Amino acid sequence: MIYCDNAATTKMSRAAIDAMLPYFDTIYANPSSLHSAGQVAHEGLSEARETVADILGADFKEIYFTSGGSEADNQAILSAAAIGERKGKKHIISSAIEHHAVLHTLDRLRDRGFNITLLDAHEDGIVRIDELEKAIRPDTALVTVMYANNEIGTIQPIREIGCICREKGVIFHTDAVQAVGHIDVDVDRDNIDMLSLSAHKFHGPKGAGVLYAKKGIPLTNLIEGGAQERGKRAGTENLPAIAGMAAALKEAAENLDKNIPKITRMRDKLIEHLLEIPHTVLNGDIKNRLPGNINVCFEGIEGESLLLLLSRAGICASSGSACTSGALDPSHVLLAIGRPHEIAHGSLRLSLSEANTMDEVEIMATEISKVVEYLRGMSPVWRDLMEGKRSYVIQ
Amino acid sequence: MLYSEKVMDHFTNPRNVGVIEDADGVGEVGNAKCGDIMKIYLKIENDVITDVKFNTFGCGSAIASSSMATEMIKGKPIAEALELTNKAVAEALDGLPAHKLHCSVLAEEAVKSAIDDYYKRKVNA
Ligand SMILES: Cc1ncc(COP(=O)(O)O)c(C=O)c1O
Ligand SMILES: [Zn+2]
Repeated sequence: MIYCDNAATTKMSRAAIDAMLPYFDTIYANPSSLHSAGQVAHEGLSEARETVADILGADFKEIYFTSGGSEADNQAILSAAAIGERKGKKHIISSAIEHHAVLHTLDRLRDRGFNITLLDAHEDGIVRIDELEKAIRPDTALVTVMYANNEIGTIQPIREIGCICREKGVIFHTDAVQAVGHIDVDVDRDNIDMLSLSAHKFHGPKGAGVLYAKKGIPLTNLIEGGAQERGKRAGTENLPAIAGMAAALKEAAENLDKNIPKITRMRDKLIEHLLEIPHTVLNGDIKNRLPGNINVCFEGIEGESLLLLLSRAGICASSGSACTSGALDPSHVLLAIGRPHEIAHGSLRLSLSEANTMDEVEIMATEISKVVEYLRGMSPVWRDLMEGKRSYVIQ
Repeated sequence: MLYSEKVMDHFTNPRNVGVIEDADGVGEVGNAKCGDIMKIYLKIENDVITDVKFNTFGCGSAIASSSMATEMIKGKPIAEALELTNKAVAEALDGLPAHKLHCSVLAEEAVKSAIDDYYKRKVNA
């Protein structure tokens, strides 16, 4: 099997598993307990917090453990909204290509009377700084723009966005779920006030994440109860997962300089091969792009059937087609960058990790090209295109 | 697994894929915007469907439904083919996930549309 769906989730690293095991076995006490066993557990918790803080360029008091990226996104946005609301500020700026963890939280705020501006992501999948500047109003409570997109891999100008937000005194949150562990992220350098990350995207366990919140930003609880996480996130800590997350992040950070060029080379080779297939287009900017992300649209075919056939050929990939999700519309990200519905249905996302190889890249290129040709062979849309009864959208 | 074995069989080895150049009736339903298009070609002699071929742009469920529907009407009198329902197609496939049922509706509609086309041509001939 060739696993090429690392943006969906990753295989746990050995280091992460090894870091978790003692917490299932010997270190089982509650980190809030005063006895010595509890204190050992508490030490593990503090160590994990220090590790994460160090890598992000944050203080350990600014790290809040959550159940994952979605919870961190929800809490960041609802907290900033509450801060704004107290000052009569009810305007939020985000982008059209955010993850649903952000977009659906913003929908809820819209129902509460908030005004939401979604920045255009343009055809290259990148927001424009001047458009952000124009969008900021005296009543803007929050700017939330993702660090890197989960579908098309585009990296946003986060440092510049943060800089403008600092100038204007607006809180800046970034969903860095796809970025952390894959590219260098530093909350201080990047002028970030709040950040979300998720362990399972960098070879850590599922169900663990972090909300970074800069000192002085009061958080609103999503979960009430005990005083865990400085009183901002109740519930006995998921210590095994937290320890696994810290170990995975440490390993990812240490290998970043080695992995980025390796993964980028495979990405560029695969993109080169896929673009040799006629009437195929790359989605998202090629330069400002995650090292492992490939996203293309093939004209004349549908994504789910493509995925099923690739899966039969032993390749695990993903698509933004409506039929893969059970939704009626294809990916909001592909629509936002201007792909028409019929083209967005034919999308394929491949997301590499350092565990993939150049041999796999070659196998994938060959198999994908075969499957695309096969599906086009039975597609009435493709026939119409070939016979000139319909014109190509992708040249 | 999202799909039954039967669906996967018809999806991976679809029956009756292709076109009939001198078809007596052709039906196309759906549109690319919503993600599924099905085109069915019929050869009809003495009110019996003697040959049928299809082309489909769509998901696994759409392709499997097209394949199953063509098998169910091949060699059948028109009157019987007109009674084909999407429910019968889905049942013959050992069921489809609820959110995929709409993809099988297209198979029923495509067959009806092709027979309709056959009658229209006959009237005009
Ligand atoms: C950009 C982005 N944000 C948020 C999430 C949600 O993270 P989690 O699965 O940890 O809740 C994901 C994961 O799919 C993501 O890709
Ligand atoms: Zn479908």
